[in-house]
Amino acid sequence: MSDREEILALLRENARYSTEDLARQTGLDAEAVEAVVEDLESEGVIKGYQAVVNWEKVEPERVRAAVELNVTLDRETGYDDIAERLAKFPEVQGLRLVSGDYDFAMEVEGDSMSQVSRFISEKVAPVPEITQTVTHYIMESYKERGVEFGDGHDDDRLSISP
Amino acid sequence: MTFEASERVAGVPPSGIRRFFEIAEEYDDIISLGVGEPDFAPPWAARDAAIASLERGQTSYTANRGMAELRERIASFADRRYGLRYDPDEEILVTSGASEAVDLAFRAFLDPGDTVAVAQPCYISYAPGVQFAGADVLDVPTRAADEFKLTREALESSGAADADVLVMCYPNNPTGATMTREELKPVAEFAREHDLLVFSDEIYSELSYEHDHASIATLPGMRERTVVFNGFSKAYAMTGLRLGYALAPPEAIETMNRIHQYTMLSAPTTAQHAAVEALESCDDEVREMRDQYDRRRNFVLSRFEEMGIDCFPAAGAFYAFPECPWDDSDEFAEALIEDQRVAVVPGNVFGAGGEGHLRVSYATSLGDLKEAMDRIESFIG
Repeated sequence: MSDREEILALLRENARYSTEDLARQTGLDAEAVEAVVEDLESEGVIKGYQAVVNWEKVEPERVRAAVELNVTLDRETGYDDIAERLAKFPEVQGLRLVSGDYDFAMEVEGDSMSQVSRFISEKVAPVPEITQTVTHYIMESYKERGVEFGDGHDDDRLSISP
Repeated sequence: MTFEASERVAGVPPSGIRRFFEIAEEYDDIISLGVGEPDFAPPWAARDAAIASLERGQTSYTANRGMAELRERIASFADRRYGLRYDPDEEILVTSGASEAVDLAFRAFLDPGDTVAVAQPCYISYAPGVQFAGADVLDVPTRAADEFKLTREALESSGAADADVLVMCYPNNPTGATMTREELKPVAEFAREHDLLVFSDEIYSELSYEHDHASIATLPGMRERTVVFNGFSKAYAMTGLRLGYALAPPEAIETMNRIHQYTMLSAPTTAQHAAVEALESCDDEVREMRDQYDRRRNFVLSRFEEMGIDCFPAAGAFYAFPECPWDDSDEFAEALIEDQRVAVVPGNVFGAGGEGHLRVSYATSLGDLKEAMDRIESFIG
């Protein structure tokens, strides 16, 4: 694994690792780690650093929905054009073009179910190319971006063992 | 007749680890760096294979030596990874953990009055195992100055030339030391010159970070005098499934199997099914676990260095073996638990050469490691 790949893997695991932590784990010096991270950022490989939030533990809980979108393209409008328009809405947290029964998988976040519903019906559905929306409200999250939401204290090994 | 311990049992003191286990059990907020087992779960493919075998009701005894399919996979794995070539029909014995294989070898080849040279510090069960077999232990201390590698000088100065068997374990528990093929050559030469059998515990072979694992059995003239122990506990995180194996010439396996067939009969069947799958399809998971241990190892070594605590660069297993800041490692470990709720194991429980050190396991999450190292730092001030 190259230094870049290793640092990338570590930051994906925990973006809050300090430069010193990364240096300790990789055996590089702090300057080298900083240089690699700067390169990754400036090349657009690392697009941002965000917390993985378990919204169920937050009051009031955020409402999230996975929305399936079907679209019809015409000569002037491509997938990228539609995506660009949708991605600008702050409610849209994720947007992907997917293969299969529908075209876009969209993740929407809001303060309430009615707010999310209103957003879909008033802002998304009226986009001329969109022919169908199916909204799935997220009931429970078990894992987000590789992080499991268990309590994390299930280590039942003996404290001392051979 | 009363339940008075036999002389063999009475002569073996209780495990030094047990006392610390009992202290650690008194608290429920401990960060433990005292564990000698992986913090990962076995790869799903291996778990699925175990579950599927249970669903099919495959719970009968297997052949004494282990399932033929498993022995074939072990033979192919040992050859592919370490250049160890053994015939699955005659030269492999599947056991209930590598510990059973070690015990079988002691009982199969030792007589009262025999002497077993044990390279120390080492896994806590070798010396008692030798004593249970009625033989005598000869301490062969390895030194921090030699990075806890076994040297010809250590063998000579401890009188190992007169021993019958040499027991060694690399990568090593508790020091994390490893030995390269070059470094093993003088040891092999010594064993050949003095006609020693060699029992080589290579259970941590897949956790060698700096160089490929080298087995002493691959050196010239060593295959015929060596028993290699390995298993699935460390590389595949299958400690509780209790599955190990021994690799040795046919006459050695035949003799060990004579005890095994009357005592254990066969290793756990469910575990054997899991192991077949582990060897077949879990290389990626093993690599991923090793990479994670390696990062933690770097982290821990670097933190000790920053604290000004001497810690030689452990290159294998999942232990660091720093020098103890206090003269008495027992006292230090006990005070550290009581004061900071961090459990480490004092080096003296691992035999000669261990005093003055601590075994620090990094088979725990990096978050806990960070916290534990912070607490150690504040403890030593």
